[in-house]
Amino acid sequence: MIRVSKYISQTPKCLNKFIEINSRCLATQASPKTVKADEKKPAQKPAKESQSFTMNIFRGQLQPNQVFPYPEPLTEEQRETIVMLMDPMQKFFEEVNDPVRNDDESSINEKTSAALWELGAFGLQVPVEYGGAGLTNTQYAAGVEIVGANDLGVGITLGAHQSIGFKGILLFGNPEQKAKYLPRVTEGREYAAFCLTEPTAGSDAGSIKTRAVKSADGSHYVLNGSKIWISNGGLAEIMTVFAQVPVTDPATGKTKDKVTAFIVERSFGGVTNGPPERKMGIKCSNTAEVYYEDVKIPAENILGQEGEGFKVAMNILNNGRFGMAAALSGTMRSCIKKATDFATQRLQFGQRIDSYGTIQEKIARMSMVHYVTESMAYMISGNMDNGSQDYHLEAAISKCFASESAWNVCDESIQIMGGMGYMKGTGLERVMRDLRIFRIFEGTNDILRLFVALTGIQYAGSHLQELQRAFQNPTANLGLLVEEATRRATRAVGLNSSPNFSHLVHPELLESAALCAKSIQSFGQAIEAALVKYKRGIVNEQFILNRYAQAAMDTYAMAVVLSRATMSLNKNLPSAAHELLMAQAWCAEASGRVAYNLNVASAGKHLDIFSKFGKISRNVCESGGIVQSNPLNL
Amino acid sequence: MARVLVGVKRVIDYAVKIRVKPDKSGVVTDGVKHAMNPFDEIAIEEAVRMKEKKLASEIIAVSCGPPQAQETIRTALAMGADRGIHVEVAGAEYDTLQPIHVSKILAKLAQDEKADIVIVGKQAIDDDANQTAQMTAAVLDWPAGTFCSKVEHGSGELTITREVDGGLEVIKVKTPAVLSADLRLNEPRYATLPNIMKAKKKPIKKVSPKDLGVDTAPRIDIISVEDPPVRQAGSILPDVDALVAKLKEGGHI
Ligand SMILES: Cc1cc2nc3c(=O)[nH]c(=O)nc-3n(C[C@H](O)[C@H](O)[C@H](O)COP(=O)(O)OP(=O)(O)OC[C@H]3O[C@@H](n4cnc5c(N)ncnc54)[C@H](O)[C@@H]3O)c2cc1C
Repeated sequence: MIRVSKYISQTPKCLNKFIEINSRCLATQASPKTVKADEKKPAQKPAKESQSFTMNIFRGQLQPNQVFPYPEPLTEEQRETIVMLMDPMQKFFEEVNDPVRNDDESSINEKTSAALWELGAFGLQVPVEYGGAGLTNTQYAAGVEIVGANDLGVGITLGAHQSIGFKGILLFGNPEQKAKYLPRVTEGREYAAFCLTEPTAGSDAGSIKTRAVKSADGSHYVLNGSKIWISNGGLAEIMTVFAQVPVTDPATGKTKDKVTAFIVERSFGGVTNGPPERKMGIKCSNTAEVYYEDVKIPAENILGQEGEGFKVAMNILNNGRFGMAAALSGTMRSCIKKATDFATQRLQFGQRIDSYGTIQEKIARMSMVHYVTESMAYMISGNMDNGSQDYHLEAAISKCFASESAWNVCDESIQIMGGMGYMKGTGLERVMRDLRIFRIFEGTNDILRLFVALTGIQYAGSHLQELQRAFQNPTANLGLLVEEATRRATRAVGLNSSPNFSHLVHPELLESAALCAKSIQSFGQAIEAALVKYKRGIVNEQFILNRYAQAAMDTYAMAVVLSRATMSLNKNLPSAAHELLMAQAWCAEASGRVAYNLNVASAGKHLDIFSKFGKISRNVCESGGIVQSNPLNL
Repeated sequence: MARVLVGVKRVIDYAVKIRVKPDKSGVVTDGVKHAMNPFDEIAIEEAVRMKEKKLASEIIAVSCGPPQAQETIRTALAMGADRGIHVEVAGAEYDTLQPIHVSKILAKLAQDEKADIVIVGKQAIDDDANQTAQMTAAVLDWPAGTFCSKVEHGSGELTITREVDGGLEVIKVKTPAVLSADLRLNEPRYATLPNIMKAKKKPIKKVSPKDLGVDTAPRIDIISVEDPPVRQAGSILPDVDALVAKLKEGGHI
C-alpha cells in the first residue's frame, strides 16, 4: 500500500500549478504563532504538519485546533470599536446610497463615492497611522457583512480596492512602499486595482504574457501588455500588476520568465484603459481593460521578490476570500428577511404560505446555508486574527460555499415570493444578477474545488511518503511506524478508529458529531484507496476530484456548525436551541452527502457514468452543440 | 477664540421600540441599543463647525451617566471634539438624575474649564425635559439662546436665530452664553471610521458629581412608568351608511 507514495512524490507539472498556491498564507493584522515542533520527526525532510482541519481530513484525521473552540478573537475594546463603526456604515446605506440608482446608472455617483471615501470605507484594514481604520479581519468581516446586505456593486468597488487592489502592499510591501502608497489609497482617495487576468490567461494565471524587462542600468523595468476585466480598471491610479520578468537562476545560470508583482501608478505614463464593460450585475462596479505600453516602473516598485509574483497573487486572493463569505452572509440575511416577511403575510388557499411544508423546507434550508456561511466566515477571520497560516483550503471552501449558497438563497427567496419576487421593485432580481459573478471571479469555484481536492490529496500523499521513508530506516522511526501500524490495525479489525469529538462538542451535539467523525474516517480511507488506485494519475480524474472536494466542503461545514452551535449552547444564547436544530439537521444531511459522494467516486457503476459523461460531452463538442435533431427530425 | 463645552447624553436609540419593565419602575435598557441624543449630535456638529471656522479653540464633550456614557463621549470625539469629561453617575442615582443636577454639573464644569460657550441639545429624546440649557444659564447667570436654528459670531456676541411658535426670532447675546440646538441648526456629520479610531487616543477625564460639589440627591420619586394605551384595532366598513351607523352607535354624532 505504501508504495503509492513514490508516484505522488513525482508530482506532475499540472498538479504543481494548483498546489503552488499551497504556500503558507500571510494574515493581515496578526503575527504568526510559534508552532510547536513535532517530536516524532523522522530524519529526512518531514511532511509539513498542517493545522488545517480540511487538510487533515484527507488523512482521515481530526485536527481540531482551528475549529474548536469557535474562535472569539475580539477584545472588549475591539468589540466596542466595531459596534461604533457599524453605525455610520449602516447610516450610509440607509441615507446616502441608492442601490437601484447605482444599478440603473451603472455607476456610483460623485456624491455617493465621496461619502464612501469620507466614511473611510476604502481603508478598513489599513493601519491608523497610514490613514485607515486599522480593523482586524474579524472587524472587517462585520463591516463587509453590512455592505453585502445592502449593495454588492458597491461591495466590489470597495473589495477590488482594498481586498485585492492594494492588499499586496499591506501583505508584502516594504516600509517605504507602505509609507508612500497606503496614505494615498486612503486619505488620498486614489483608487487601487488588482491586475492579473489577461485575454489568454484567466484561471491559468501563471500563463500571463504581460512582460516587464529590467533596464540595463537596473533603475527601472519597462512594462508591456494588457489586462482584461479589471475591477476599478477605469478608475485606478494605483495598480498591483503581475507580469513576467526574465529571471536568472543563480544555480543553473539559466534565464526563465517568472511572474513578478509590481506597484504601477497610472501617472508613470503609458497606462490606458478601455470603456467600462457592460455586465449582468454589479453594474456600478467599474470593470475595464487596462493597457500598458512601455510603462517605466522604478525598480523599487517591485512587490516582494522578482519571480515571486504568483505567490504574491495567490496570497492576496487567499487572504481576502473570507471577506466574500462575510459579505454574502449579509446578502443572504437580507434576502431571507424579505422572503420571510412575505411568507408570513401572504395568504393562499386560506392559509399563510409559511404554514406549508414546501415553503418551510425552503426557509429552513436557506437559514441553514446562511448559518454555515456566516459561521465559516467568522471562523476563518478569527483564525487569521489568531495568527493562523493554514487557512487557505478553508478560505477557498468558504468562497465556494458562500457564493453558491447566496445564489440559491436569493433564487429561493424569489420563488417564495412568486411573481412578486420577479418584480424589479422587490429588489431581489438585482441581487440575483449581482450574485452571479461571485462563482466566477477570484478563482472560479470549479478551480477552487480542484485546488481543495488536490492540495489535500498531496498532503495525504506526502504523509504516505514519509511513512515509506520510515520503512527504509525503521529503527530511527519506530514511533511513527508503531503509531501507523496501530492505526491501520484498528481499522482492519473494525475497531472504532473514527476520530473522537466528544470532548469538543456540547452533549446535545454528540450524535451529530459522530456523523462528522464517521465522515472524516471514511474520507481518509477513500483518499488512501484512490491514491493506491490512480497513483499520480489522480490529478486528471476531475470527475472524482470534484466529489472529494464536495465531501471535504460538507465535512468542514459540519465541523464549523458543530463548533458554532456548541459555543452558543455553552453560552446559553437566546438562539441556542434554534442553532442546535440547524446544526443537527445540517450534519444529518451533510454526512449523507459525504457518504454518497465518496461512494460515487469509487463505485464501478458511477465510474461508468463518468466515462459516459466524458463521451457525451465529446460528442456534443465535436458537433458544436446538441447532437440529435428534435423528435420530429426537423 | 472660544472654548466650547458641549453636553452629550446617552439615550436609547430613536429606532428602538421602547419596552416598559414589568415592575413599572422604568423602561428596559439592558441589551438595548443606545446612541447619542440626536439634538446633542447637532450641538457637537455646531461646535465642530465653529472650530473649523477658527471661531473655537477647543471642544470639550461632557456626558453624565453610567460607564457606557463613555461610548457617547467617544462618538463626540470621533465627530471632532478634542477631549471628554465623563461625570460618572450610575445605578439608582442615575435613575433619578434630573436636569437640575445636570445643569449644576455643566455650570461648574463651564467655570472650571473656562468655557465661553456651552451648547446642549434642546431636549433629550428619552425624557423630553427641555430644561438643561435654561437652568445651566440660570446657574451661571449667563444669557441663554435656546432653540437655535442659526448662530452667527460677532466680537464678544452671538446673533442667534431661534425657532419660536409661528416663526423665527433673531436675538443677540453677549458671550459667555448657553445655547440649545434645535433640529434645523445643521446636519450632523457621521463619525468616520478613521476618526473613530483616532478618537481612541483623545483623553477622557472621569469625575464624580461629588468632585464637582454637586448634590445629586433625588428631587423626584418615580411612582410608575406605563406604556401608552394600546390603540384599539380598526375595522374596514363596506360603505358610508355603515360608517354613519357605527359613529351613531358610538355616540360620536
Ligand atoms: C466582473 C468581473 C470582474 C473581474 N475583476 C477582476 C480583477 O479585478 N482582477 C483580475 O485580475 N481579474 C478580474 N476578473 C477576471 C476573473 O478573475 C476571471 O474571469 C476568472 O479568473 C476566470 O477566468 P476566465 O474568465 O478566463 O475563465 P477561464 O479560465 O477561461 O475558465 C472558463 C471555464 O473553464 C473552467 N476551467 C478552466 N480551467 C480548468 C481546469 N484546469 N479544469 C477544469 N475546469 C477549468 C473554469 O472553471 C470556467 O468554468 C474579473 C472578471 C469579471 C467577470
